[in-house]
Amino acid sequence: MTTLRLVGVSHHSAPVELRERVAFDRSRAAQVARELAEATGEAVCLSTCNRTELYVASEDGVGAGARAAEILEPAGAALYRLHDEAAALHLFRVAAGLDSMVPGEGEILGQVRAAFEAGATGPFLDHLFRQALHAGRKARTQTAIGESPASVSSAAAALAEQVFGELSGRTIVVVGAGKISEQAARNLLSRGARIAFVANRSEVRGEELARRLGAEPLALERLAGELERADVVVSSTSAPGFVLRRDDVAGVLRGRRGRPLLFVDLAVPRDVEPAIGALEGCYLYDIDDLEAVVAETLAGRRREAERAEAIVAEEAERFRAWQASLDVVPAIASLRARAEEIRTAELRKAESRLERLNEAERSVVEAVTTQIVNKLLHLPTVRMKQAAAAADGVLYADAVRHLFGLGEDDR
Amino acid sequence: MAELLFWPALLAYGEAAFAYLGEARRPGLAGRLATWGVRIGWLVQTALLAVQAARADGFPWTTWAGSLNLFVWLVVGAYLIWGCRPRFRLLGLAVAPVAVALFVVARIGGGTGIGARSHYSNLFLVLHVGLVLAAFAGFTLAAALSALYLWQERRLKQRAAGILRVRMPSLASLDALAGKTVAVSLPTLTLGIVVGLLRLRHSGGFDAVIVLTLAAWVVYGGYVVLRFGAGWRGRRAAYLVLAGFALVALVRVGLPVSHFS
Repeated sequence: MTTLRLVGVSHHSAPVELRERVAFDRSRAAQVARELAEATGEAVCLSTCNRTELYVASEDGVGAGARAAEILEPAGAALYRLHDEAAALHLFRVAAGLDSMVPGEGEILGQVRAAFEAGATGPFLDHLFRQALHAGRKARTQTAIGESPASVSSAAAALAEQVFGELSGRTIVVVGAGKISEQAARNLLSRGARIAFVANRSEVRGEELARRLGAEPLALERLAGELERADVVVSSTSAPGFVLRRDDVAGVLRGRRGRPLLFVDLAVPRDVEPAIGALEGCYLYDIDDLEAVVAETLAGRRREAERAEAIVAEEAERFRAWQASLDVVPAIASLRARAEEIRTAELRKAESRLERLNEAERSVVEAVTTQIVNKLLHLPTVRMKQAAAAADGVLYADAVRHLFGLGEDDR
Repeated sequence: MAELLFWPALLAYGEAAFAYLGEARRPGLAGRLATWGVRIGWLVQTALLAVQAARADGFPWTTWAGSLNLFVWLVVGAYLIWGCRPRFRLLGLAVAPVAVALFVVARIGGGTGIGARSHYSNLFLVLHVGLVLAAFAGFTLAAALSALYLWQERRLKQRAAGILRVRMPSLASLDALAGKTVAVSLPTLTLGIVVGLLRLRHSGGFDAVIVLTLAAWVVYGGYVVLRFGAGWRGRRAAYLVLAGFALVALVRVGLPVSHFS
């Protein structure tokens, strides 16, 4: 009987120093899966920055598990081992993002798909991974687990969408040329916004970032003048005082004709004077506000995770039923083959008496006898599958083989 | 028959009102159920209106209660234009309970049965009542959009941590939709008023409802001029739409007292 083994290491069980020892790039992961499959049967290697897991399906579960553990041996005591139902449930949770650092993160589903496609799969792991991908998609579409932003920069972009809707064509001004500014700008850029200017005290760094973002460099002194055209201002400088003051902004509001203006202040100490948030049509979020938004959305994701867990458990149960049905499939196939054999033999015996029937009448006899066989076997087939799901499958399969005299070679 | 159709329509609107509450707490299935509730309710109410039209001798919604029935149908119909989009679903939180309440009032007033014949001509009633009610339905929807705008704008100003918890239309789209709705509704109201005033030349007699309707026209006219001419947007524009709607609401309340008496 084919069993499933999982050996792995993840961010739950090991720090990055250990995980990096067994991290494989895509081609190496595919090679590991192939080598493991040659020795065991079927194998998939899932390797991401947060986990490396080997899934093996084999007739010799213990041996396959030991072989997989050898490959991940550098991770030592941090390895975890799961088998059959527990291993399947784990994979389903991984695909749904329930085992991720940020619950519901979307990248993992693609990584599971890539691992599956690069793996050395047969009927067992093929079924397992397809169902895992289905469970992952279902958890995401039927719950809101992956909808809310999980980082400060994505929260800033989501807030901009809350104010402006579609960001395509919206004008962004970036103040400061640091990593944080760039990250936030790239997030807005990925949603269709246009980075118009990068204003920075150091001209060289400002020009560099402007070039990378496809924007124009801007002298910090000219910043207030460009606010009239801006929709979003992202600021993250290391200046000790405010870079943008209330009077700078109040002066350009008339020319904006009521268009809203969003300020995202990621700097500590703050760049944007808080009084700007009180101006009509101006919205100001500082780093604390954004972190509070992220904390709240993560709490929301955790609440949704409870619903996703139920979906995943349901899918895991379906997989368990499928795996259990494998116990009785050979017996069902033998029983049906035996019945068909008897039916055709009896028809052959009656050949002399059926000779005078025309073609249409012969077809009727064929159909009727086939129907009788199917109807007789329908209930035993269903009951055997049900028994398999309830863990009595082997017992029933043996009873059927004994009662109908099915050969041992059918097993 | 018309009376029989009232209950399934009410039930569907009621289900939608409850489901929108569920959607506000946890977006997803409840929102879809709510949208279907509104759709089914509106279709059943359409059938009810069709039966009323078929059975009546002339324009069937001449009484204040009958016109309220038609008004509910127009408001829900206008909502359905955008309300089925996931981001605009929560607008139903304002529309569905109001529809339920007004529909019940229309029934209590006898507006869901077969109406009596009016002494006004059918053409006049169709044009005047139909156009004015259609405009009022648009203004009601614009008011709901503006109220939603003000609520969401306030949350953004207050930097509420849960700002992204509920899927909401963006401020820009709420503002733009309210503007478009008023821009379409105002000419409709203008035509309805002109038809009413032409009739008034023969029969004479201004009443409070006419004065309030003209005041609402002035407010919405001012809104269109300020918004599309002077670039008024956002909070000020939303307050102006709500001020206009307050007058519309007074007209609706005043109808049974004066205009249809």
